[in-house]
Amino acid sequence: MADRAQPLSAGLWLGAGTAVALILALTLGTLGAVLGRAGSFAGLAPADWAALRFTVTQAAVSAALSLALAIPVARALARRRFPGRGALITLLGAPFILPVIVAVMGILGIFGRSGILNDGLAALGFDRVSIYGFGGVVLAHVFFNLPLAVRLLLQGWLAIPAERFRLAAALGFGPGDIARHLERPMLKALGPGIFVTIFLICLTSFAVALTLGGGPKATTVELAIYQAFRFDFDLGRAALLASLQLALCAITALVAARFAVPSAFGAGLDRPVARWDAGSAGLRLLDTLLLGLAALFLLAPLAAVMVAGLPRVLALPEQVWHAAIRSLIVACGTTIVAMALALPLALAIARRGRTRMLETVGMLPLATSSLVTGTGLFLLLRPVASPGDLALPVTVAVNAAMALPFVLRALIPAARDLEADYGRLAASLGMQGVARLRLLTVPRLRRPLGFAAGLTAALSMGDLGVIALFADADHATLPLQLYRLMGAYRMADAAGAAVLLLALSLALFWIFDRGGRADAGA
Amino acid sequence: MIAGFLTATTAMAQEKPVLTVYTYDSFVSDWGPGPAIETAFEAECGCDLKFVATGDGAALLSRVLLEGEGTEADVVLGLDTSLTAAAAASGLFAPGRQAGAAYDLPVDWTDPTFVPYDWGWFAFVYDKTKTDTVPADFEALAKSDLKIVIEDPRSSTPGLGLLFWVKAVYGDRAAAIWEGLADNIVTVTPGWSEAYGLFLEGEADMVLSYTTSPAYHLIAESDDSKAAAAFSEGHYLQVEVAGKLKGTDQDALADQFLAFMTTDAFQSVIPETNWMYPAVTPVSGLPVGFETLIRPEKSLLFPPEEAAAIRDSALGEWQTALSR
Repeated sequence: MADRAQPLSAGLWLGAGTAVALILALTLGTLGAVLGRAGSFAGLAPADWAALRFTVTQAAVSAALSLALAIPVARALARRRFPGRGALITLLGAPFILPVIVAVMGILGIFGRSGILNDGLAALGFDRVSIYGFGGVVLAHVFFNLPLAVRLLLQGWLAIPAERFRLAAALGFGPGDIARHLERPMLKALGPGIFVTIFLICLTSFAVALTLGGGPKATTVELAIYQAFRFDFDLGRAALLASLQLALCAITALVAARFAVPSAFGAGLDRPVARWDAGSAGLRLLDTLLLGLAALFLLAPLAAVMVAGLPRVLALPEQVWHAAIRSLIVACGTTIVAMALALPLALAIARRGRTRMLETVGMLPLATSSLVTGTGLFLLLRPVASPGDLALPVTVAVNAAMALPFVLRALIPAARDLEADYGRLAASLGMQGVARLRLLTVPRLRRPLGFAAGLTAALSMGDLGVIALFADADHATLPLQLYRLMGAYRMADAAGAAVLLLALSLALFWIFDRGGRADAGA
Repeated sequence: MIAGFLTATTAMAQEKPVLTVYTYDSFVSDWGPGPAIETAFEAECGCDLKFVATGDGAALLSRVLLEGEGTEADVVLGLDTSLTAAAAASGLFAPGRQAGAAYDLPVDWTDPTFVPYDWGWFAFVYDKTKTDTVPADFEALAKSDLKIVIEDPRSSTPGLGLLFWVKAVYGDRAAAIWEGLADNIVTVTPGWSEAYGLFLEGEADMVLSYTTSPAYHLIAESDDSKAAAAFSEGHYLQVEVAGKLKGTDQDALADQFLAFMTTDAFQSVIPETNWMYPAVTPVSGLPVGFETLIRPEKSLLFPPEEAAAIRDSALGEWQTALSR
């Protein structure tokens, strides 16, 4: 980390300021708009507190489990080279970007009542197991978030300079020494942020929790917000619950920031990492086993989705293809906006000494209820323009803001190291503005930037948030079209649309992430 | 690019008067009634009929309430009788009664404000090839080993309909019935699509849907394996309605549209797009295949005010019984 805060350039100020303003407008601003419109403020019911307890418990367990499982998987990926590794890394990212309903169908295809697992158990004479309930919720959340945790940790592993491993090998370090001196400091630096990110994602989930939770026991705060909006039209209660959710997020983020200790590795020369420490047969076997299990857990449900939908893809109605093109445009627009906002924000956070507040702001979109954001935006924009006309720009803006926490998680650690390793050198050379961006920042951040862009594009592709509130008949995106197919009983076409969505999301992710993939430049 | 979207949508010629109809999402989808109805109405009104989709039926009402008197909507299409009390109480709707319409509803329609356009009975749909013993009421269902998937009444209109169904049949015993059903319920989903999807994937033996759902499989997919279980104690109704906004600037067009809703041009589209019964049976009758559906003898429906009054306590009973 830089010894002292360095002055920020005007461009950085402008970019970071815009990002902060957008986030605040879309989170606190929209919440304020809903609060302002609400007439009365009833208190919270006992059921709301029960929902809060359930929400926090399942989110904490899901996040802890995702992170704990991700560490050995990411380590195995980081220290192994094998054919198809890049493809596997891309594929492992897929669950995170699927619309909830599609992912749930995939999970049930494997773990459900008549899924492969239960059919197998029955064939062997065992009782069928039910995944509905708390276990099902956690299973689904781990399925969604393990890939994200693996990828973020993998970035961390790859950020350890190859020279360190070379030095470690020269000093005769074993795997235990490597873990103590190189890996654990990195995990200590990244772990809390990843935990919080996943915790917050699980905090605002409600479709997964409800569908796999088995009933009213699995009520989340987000469902209570939904109910307050949809059936009670009680804006006061909805806003109150959303504030509670935000407060919870802010506290979590602040607590996590306390634990986050930046790693200090010093600059490396970016050579590919040869791992002399991990060559033993036992470790090879362990890593192979770990990767095999992770791939099976994450890819089998995806395969179930593919098998169900693949035969229908080519026969999909024309409107689905139109929606797909619209989604692609939205995803690309979102990626451009998100990158333009996130890079200056991440650099500003990296360059300033005290940035806990900025980081917390960056996490806010994760804790906001998309219903509140949509409704608040609606209230704010409607006097200015017709909602239907704004459907796509609004979707781009909201998707970009929603992606910022993930992008920042990927960029900040790398930006901090960049600043620590090259900040003073760049300053002493008088490197400024575009030159610094072109010669230093972008090349050094290529890996996390590519990953973040891929993630943003894919997330935006699968998003079903505000578009539903703003879209008129002609502006459906692919996920919305998928729901419309289901609503019209066309489940087989919906399965086909799901495969198309999965393929396009993965393709976008792959294209953007390519520059940052582990084997690139090797 | 963003500016491009804006100009592309606003540049549409607006010489003709525009009638804006807010509706739910599946109505406007290319597989729903929307496109055919738009064509038919525009042919006779000399206007531009613009559908705005807002999610589901409940979201539709909150959208209108959110916009209040400044709403752009001239007509709201897609509320049901569990929502009309709140809609009427908002004071935003104008009388729209179609006195001359010959409704084929299982109940008398006297509502002065809202015009019904289709209806259906809620029912548990099952697969005939997989389920032999079909329960004839909720008590038999509760005693059976059958696994069901239902929708959450806090986030979906069918879920709310089931809540009223049990309440209408059992009154004070509703809580006990729910406790009996608890071990039959595989899971509760946020909406109809999720529930029906789970059923088709084999996650449950039965799903809460409509008596007309098997017609889709029969007519569109030539699959006669799905059927609805007939409950002797009666089935709860969902009646879908539309209403005119007081603040409309297209008063005559809105009236024309409400009247159009009861004509053949509108009604004949409903059965095979919305997969519900039309409110006025078309001259040509119902599509072939509908005659195979069960027709419950007893139809249950709370008047809107009563539905609104008992909703919270019924919801509480449901939550308590299923949280044990």
